[in-house]
Amino acid sequence: MTALDQNRPRRADAKPSLAKRSGEHGLGWLAVSPALLLLIGLLFGPVAAVMLFSLTDWQLGSFTFHFIGTTNFRTLFTDPTFWKALSNTLVYAAVVVPGTVLLGLVVALLIEASPGLRGFYRAAHFLPVMSTMSAMAIVWGTMLHPTIGLVNRALGAMGISGVNWLRDERTALLALALIGIWQGFGFAMVLFVSGLKAIPQQLYDAAAVDGADGVLDRLRFVTLPMLGPVTMFVVILTATRAFEVFDSVRVLTQGGPNYASEVLLHRFYTESFDFLRMGYGAALTVVYLAIVVLLTLTQARLLERRVHYS
Amino acid sequence: MIARFPGRRFAGRVARHAILILTAAFALLPFVWMVSLSLKPPEEIFQADFHLWPTAFHGVENYRVALTAAPMFRFLLNGLLVCTAIFALQLLVCIPCAYALAKLRFRGRDTLFSAVLVGLLLPPQALAIPHFVMLNVFGLLDTYAALILPWAISTFGIFLLRQFFRSIPDEIIRAARLDGLGEFEIIWRIMIPMTAPALTAFGIFSVVAHWNDLFWPLIAVRREEISTPALGILLFRDDEAGQFFGPLMAGAVIIVAPLLVAFLIAQRRFIDGLAVTTMR
Amino acid sequence: MGVRSRPYGLAAMAEIELRHIEKSYGETAVVKGVSLSIRDGEFLTLVGPSGCGKSTLLRIIAGLEEQDDGEVMVDGRCVNDKRPKERDVAMVFQSYALYPHLNVFDNLALPLRTRRLSFAQRLPFVGRALPGRGGIEKTIRAEVEQAASMLDIAHLLHRKPGQLSGGQRQRVALGRAMVRHPAVFLMDEPLSNLDAKLRVQMRAEIIALHRRLGVTFVYVTHDQAEAMTMSDRVAVMTAGELLQVGQPEQLYRDPQDLRVAEMIGSPKINVVSCDHWISLGASLPPGVDGNTTHLAFRPEAVGIAAPGDRRLNGVVASVENLGADIFLNVALADGCGTVVVRTHPDGSRSEPGRPVGLQIDPACLLQFDSAGMRQRQAEQVGAAG
Ligand SMILES: Nc1ncnc2c1ncn2[C@@H]1O[C@H](COP(=O)(O)OP(=O)(O)OP(=O)(O)O)[C@@H](O)[C@H]1O
Ligand SMILES: [Mg+2]
Repeated sequence: MTALDQNRPRRADAKPSLAKRSGEHGLGWLAVSPALLLLIGLLFGPVAAVMLFSLTDWQLGSFTFHFIGTTNFRTLFTDPTFWKALSNTLVYAAVVVPGTVLLGLVVALLIEASPGLRGFYRAAHFLPVMSTMSAMAIVWGTMLHPTIGLVNRALGAMGISGVNWLRDERTALLALALIGIWQGFGFAMVLFVSGLKAIPQQLYDAAAVDGADGVLDRLRFVTLPMLGPVTMFVVILTATRAFEVFDSVRVLTQGGPNYASEVLLHRFYTESFDFLRMGYGAALTVVYLAIVVLLTLTQARLLERRVHYS
Repeated sequence: MIARFPGRRFAGRVARHAILILTAAFALLPFVWMVSLSLKPPEEIFQADFHLWPTAFHGVENYRVALTAAPMFRFLLNGLLVCTAIFALQLLVCIPCAYALAKLRFRGRDTLFSAVLVGLLLPPQALAIPHFVMLNVFGLLDTYAALILPWAISTFGIFLLRQFFRSIPDEIIRAARLDGLGEFEIIWRIMIPMTAPALTAFGIFSVVAHWNDLFWPLIAVRREEISTPALGILLFRDDEAGQFFGPLMAGAVIIVAPLLVAFLIAQRRFIDGLAVTTMR
Repeated sequence: MGVRSRPYGLAAMAEIELRHIEKSYGETAVVKGVSLSIRDGEFLTLVGPSGCGKSTLLRIIAGLEEQDDGEVMVDGRCVNDKRPKERDVAMVFQSYALYPHLNVFDNLALPLRTRRLSFAQRLPFVGRALPGRGGIEKTIRAEVEQAASMLDIAHLLHRKPGQLSGGQRQRVALGRAMVRHPAVFLMDEPLSNLDAKLRVQMRAEIIALHRRLGVTFVYVTHDQAEAMTMSDRVAVMTAGELLQVGQPEQLYRDPQDLRVAEMIGSPKINVVSCDHWISLGASLPPGVDGNTTHLAFRPEAVGIAAPGDRRLNGVVASVENLGADIFLNVALADGCGTVVVRTHPDGSRSEPGRPVGLQIDPACLLQFDSAGMRQRQAEQVGAAG
C-alpha cells in the first residue's frame, strides 16, 4: 500500500500540507508586499488618477475641481497643435525607425563579416547610446549652427550653401530625426550582432553545398530570415523610443519654429508643466498612453504571427 | 574559401572598412567636435577656416569657466547619488518580489505577474502628472526625494530578475531549505550570488537610464544644487557663461565623460547588460 | 562490389581520392597527412573518437574547409579550387541545418532553384514574372515530390521544420541532399540527435537509400556499431591520423593497430601485456616473438576451463546475462586487469567468486609491439595469404 502511494504522482504541488501552504503563502505575500504597494501607489493608482484628471478642469494649486466630461478631449481633438504634434511624431518615427534599423543592420553585418577592428567598431558605434542626450543635443546644436557649425562648413567647402537647420520649418524635424538615428543605431547594431552570433554555422554550410554561396544568396537564404525575430524586436524598440522623443526637442527647438518640430511628449510637457493645464495634459496623456500601448500590442501580435518559425 | 578568391576577398575587406569608417565617423563626429570646441578660444570658433586642433590652446580657460560658473562636480555627484539611491531602492523592492514570483507558491501570484507585465507596457512619462501632484502634496518637490521616489519600483527589474531566478533549479532551493537556511538566507546566499550577472546588467540598465534622463528632473527639480547631470548642462547653457561655446562644450565633456569612460573600461559588460537584457 | 546500376536519376561517377591532406587550426594539427581512396558507389564510413578530425576531413571533401596541404581528387581531377556547389556533393548535417523559415517543399526545392534559375529569376516577386521560370518551377515541383514520396514525407511538404519530429527532420535533410542527384553524399553524424529506436530504423533506411541510389556515400560517426553495420568499408581515425581502412569484418578479425582493435567490437577486445602474462605464471603461446609486448583476443576466442598451471587464471568478478550470450568478467590475479569471456547460456553456469582458468584459441590471438603495431606470426601470414 505504501509502495503504491509513493508511486502515485505526488500531489504536493496542488495541495500542500496546511503548514507548508500557509508558510509559503504568508512568505510570498510578505515578499511581494512592498512591490505590490508601490505598484499600486506609483503605477496603477497614477494611471487611474490620470484618467480621472482628464475628465476634470482641475488646475494645479486649486483645491476644487469639477467633472467636465469629455471637454478636455474635445478641446484636444480640435486643437491643431495636437494634430501637428501627432503627425510630427509619426513623421519622426517614419524616418527614425527605418533609418536606425537599416543602418544598424548594415553596420552589424559588416562588423561581423570579418574580425578586423571588430572591437573598435563596436565600441565606436555604441558610444552615442551611452551618452547623455541633453548634453549631446547641445553639441549637435553647435554642429548644426548656421555659420560656425560643422555641417554648414562642410557643405560650404563643397560649394553648397546650407540652411539654418534647426530654425527652418522644412528641416527642423529632419535634423532631430538625424540626431535620433545617431543616438539609436548603435543599439540596433548590438542587437543585430547578437542575433547574427546565434545563427548556426551549419546553416551557412548547408547553403554553400546547396549552391547559395554568394554574399547576396547567403544574406537572402540564411542571414536575413534568421534575423527575422531580432528585426521585429528592434523595430518595436526603436518605434517605442521614437514615440518617446523629448530631450533633443526640448534642448534644441522647443517644438519650433512654428510647431514644425512639436512632438507629443513635448506638447504634453509644455501644456502640463509650463502652462499647468493639468486636465488638458492628462487628456493628452491618456491619448499618448493609448497610442503607445496599442502600438506595442499590435507589433507584438505581428511578431507572433510573422516571424515565429515553428 | 579564403585563398580561392584572393582578389575579391581583398576588395570585400576594403569595402567593409570603408563603410564602417564612414558610419563610425558619423557616430564619433559629435564627440570629436565637442572636444575640439572645448579647447578653442571664442575667436577661433568663429573664424572662417576650421582646424580640429586649436591653433591657440584655450582648454584650461574653458574648463575653468565651466567648473566655476556652474557646479559641474555637484551635478555629477547628484547623478551618482540619485542613481545609486534609485538602484538600491529598486533592488530592495524587486529582489524579494521577483523571488516570490519565481519560486514561491501563493494565491494571487499569477495575477500579480500579469500586473507586472501590464506595468511593462506603461511609458513612465505618462505617470508624470500624478507623480508631480503626489510629490507636491507631500511637499517633496525640488528635493532629492522627488528625483528618486517615483522610480522605486521597476517592473522591468522584477520581470528580468524573475526570469533569471526561474532558471535556478528548484532542487538547489529545496536542498538549502533542508540545510536549514531561511528564505532570507536563500535569497542572500544563493539567489543573489547566482544571478550576479543579471543584477549587474539590471544595474547598468538602471544607472544609464537615470543618469541620462532629462524629462523627469526637468519636472521635479528647479534648484541648481540638486540637479542631475542631464538637467545641469541645460541650466548651464541657459546661464550667462553658457552663451560661450568653448565653456559650454567643456561642460558637455564633463557631463558626458563619466559614463563613457565607465563604458570604455567595461565595454562587454555594458553592451551585454543593455542589449542582451532587453532581448529577454 | 563493382559499379552498381543507378535506377534513380543519372548521377555522375564519383571516385574520391584524398592525397596527404593536412589541416591545422593555429598550432593544433587536426588532420595529419590523410590519404584515402573511396570507390565509386561505395558506402565508406569514417569512424573515430570525438575530436579526431572526422568532421574536418568531411568538410574538406565538401569544400567547406580548405586544407593546408594535399589534394582532393574526384574522378581523377583535382577539385582543390572548386567551390562546394561545383563539387557535385550533397551534405547531411548533424543538426539537419534546415532553413527554419521555409517549409519542407521550399527546403527541398532550394538546391534546385539555386542551380537552375538565373539570379534575376530567383529575385523575390520580380523573378516570378520572368519568362522561363514557370516551366522550370514545374519540373522542380515534380522532382521534389518524387524525392518526398520516396522518403515518405510527401504529406509534410507544407510544414515548417519547427513543426516536424526529429526523424521527420532527418528525412527532410536527406531529401534536400537527394533531390539534385549528387554524385556523392556526405553525412556528418546524421543520426546522433535521434533516440535509440529511431536511430536503428533510420540506419536501415539510409542503407536502403544507398542501395537504391547507388552513389558514393561518405558517412561520419563515432559509433563503431553504426560503422560496422552500415558500411562497405570503414576508415578508422584517431587524432587526425588514418589508422586502417577495410571491410568491417577485416577490421574486426585483422586489425593492424592496437587502437583499431580496441575501437572496433563490443565488448572491447581483451588486452594482456606479455609482462603480466609471465608474472601470472602462464606460458606465452607458441610463436610469440621478442618484439611482442601485448597480446589481444576477442571475448569469443576465450573458453572457461578449470584453473591450471600454464594458463591464465582468474576469478569471476561479475556476470552479464544478455539472453543470447553471457559475458563473464574474469579478474586476473595481482590486479593484472580483467578479461571478458563470452559463453553460451546453455554452458556451465558461473557464479561470481568462482576461480576459473582461461582457454584461449591461439589462432585468434593477436600480437602487438610496444608501438601498438600488429606483429604477425609466420603461420598466420601463411593462413591469411
Ligand atoms: N574552427 C575551428 N577552430 C579551431 N579548432 C577547431 C575548429 N574546428 C574544429 N577544431 C578542432 O579540430 C579538432 C577536430 O574537430 P572535428 O570537428 O573534425 O572533430 P570530430 O572528429 O568531428 O569530432 P566529433 O565526433 O566530436 O564531431 C577538434 O579538436 C576541434 O576542437
Ligand atoms: Mg564532428
